[in-house]
Amino acid sequence: MTTAERTEAEHGTGPDAGLAPLAVPAARAEGCPFDPAPGVERARREEPIARATLWDGSACWLVTRHQDVREVLGDPRFSADATRPGFPFLTAGGRELATVKPTFIRQDDPEHARLRRMLTADFMVKKVEAMRPEVQRLTDDLLDRMTTGRNSADLVAEFALPLPSLVICLLLGVPYDDHEFFQERSSLLLSLRSTAEEVRGAQEDLRRYLTRLAESKRSAPDDGIVSRLVARGDLDDEEIASMGRLLLIAGHETTANMTALSTLALLRNPDQLKRLRADPSLIKGAVEELLRYLTIVHNGLPRVATEEVTVGGRTIRAGEGVLCTLNSANRDDGVFPGGDALDVGRDARRHVAFGFGVHQCLGQPLARVELQIAVETLLRRLPDLRLAIPFEDVRFRHDMGIYGVHALPVAW
Amino acid sequence: MRVHIDQEKCCGAGSCVLSAPEVFDQREEDGIVVLLDAEPPAGLHDAVHEAVAICPAAAISVEQADRAGRV
Repeated sequence: MTTAERTEAEHGTGPDAGLAPLAVPAARAEGCPFDPAPGVERARREEPIARATLWDGSACWLVTRHQDVREVLGDPRFSADATRPGFPFLTAGGRELATVKPTFIRQDDPEHARLRRMLTADFMVKKVEAMRPEVQRLTDDLLDRMTTGRNSADLVAEFALPLPSLVICLLLGVPYDDHEFFQERSSLLLSLRSTAEEVRGAQEDLRRYLTRLAESKRSAPDDGIVSRLVARGDLDDEEIASMGRLLLIAGHETTANMTALSTLALLRNPDQLKRLRADPSLIKGAVEELLRYLTIVHNGLPRVATEEVTVGGRTIRAGEGVLCTLNSANRDDGVFPGGDALDVGRDARRHVAFGFGVHQCLGQPLARVELQIAVETLLRRLPDLRLAIPFEDVRFRHDMGIYGVHALPVAW
Repeated sequence: MRVHIDQEKCCGAGSCVLSAPEVFDQREEDGIVVLLDAEPPAGLHDAVHEAVAICPAAAISVEQADRAGRV
């Protein structure tokens, strides 16, 4: 039986049920690196709840429209628990990770809420806003170092990655000196190409590192999150380690890629760059628009139905997996007219770049502050910023769960 | 307009505070939503509607006033 036939058999749909199942993660088109995969875009226009086939031949539903994505992610009948049968894994590595004790990102309420609420205070708006001077200082230091005596650099290695890395290390109480160690592991955990063995190894390295760190905070506490979780006394070191790992990875790859990709998107849209430079007060809205337009969680969020649910006119049965593609939802013309264009003056606040529902990104206030400061400062301090290689030579992260660029050589 | 919040549903994402800081805040100890003004003035209604629309946990709801201004 072919994959397509198997998908059809599992869903019991007839030959006239619509388009052939789309293979996901779907590849983006050459030459349009900021746009979602053409197949996903077509699904949104023609068959919003579409059949899809995953890498291992298993079937799932692809949810592509803004309203439907919000409905699924906001509905507790769709579970984030990867140990449930039918949960759609995007990679072999993802399936491997589901065999270890999950963090709250892969748990449902009430357990999810109990664990998440141990961290919400650390990322609340007021607390994060108070960090602005510190984030600004780190940003200026990095740019001083990058620009002193030189007129070109890799923006990823020297600015976009170190900034969120320094901030999350500070927040967690993790020594930044170890950054190469956890950046490498973090990369392996998020690569779509990693084997199950590589994922298991990286996961085990981080678990050991963070368990040791939690132990050390018991005798020498600081004011970081790891120390506070230790002081609470209601989690064991293993649980603290898995929360720390989640925050460390999430804090590294997301803002770093948004910073570099935002810079590139602005350089490719000189009219928008000019508008933003002319009126820096646009920065908050511009960051929301960049989050919408770029949507770096580019393969979507997986869920599995725990009972029969109707979404967008389709019945999804208990045990069937769904994949909510955030990037296509964020290009939905019904919500964001002319959504395929970057418009720094647009009201983009309804985007779902941080997800939706109770799992929506915990670190979003921090991501916003970091992005606003990083982009504004970069444009202000480097008025002649430009790409130092042909656009065609930029290496995009098609192979990673978090989209972006592997390197961004720039000059000024 | 009368605003209602459901602290049980709140996941502490903080998007309401960014939309309407005059109406919403977060509790110091756990980041859960706190209502500062249950009957905000008309000038803030758009911001409150935005907060309702973007709240990921559907923890905010509003009742509109009738013609006599009663909620």
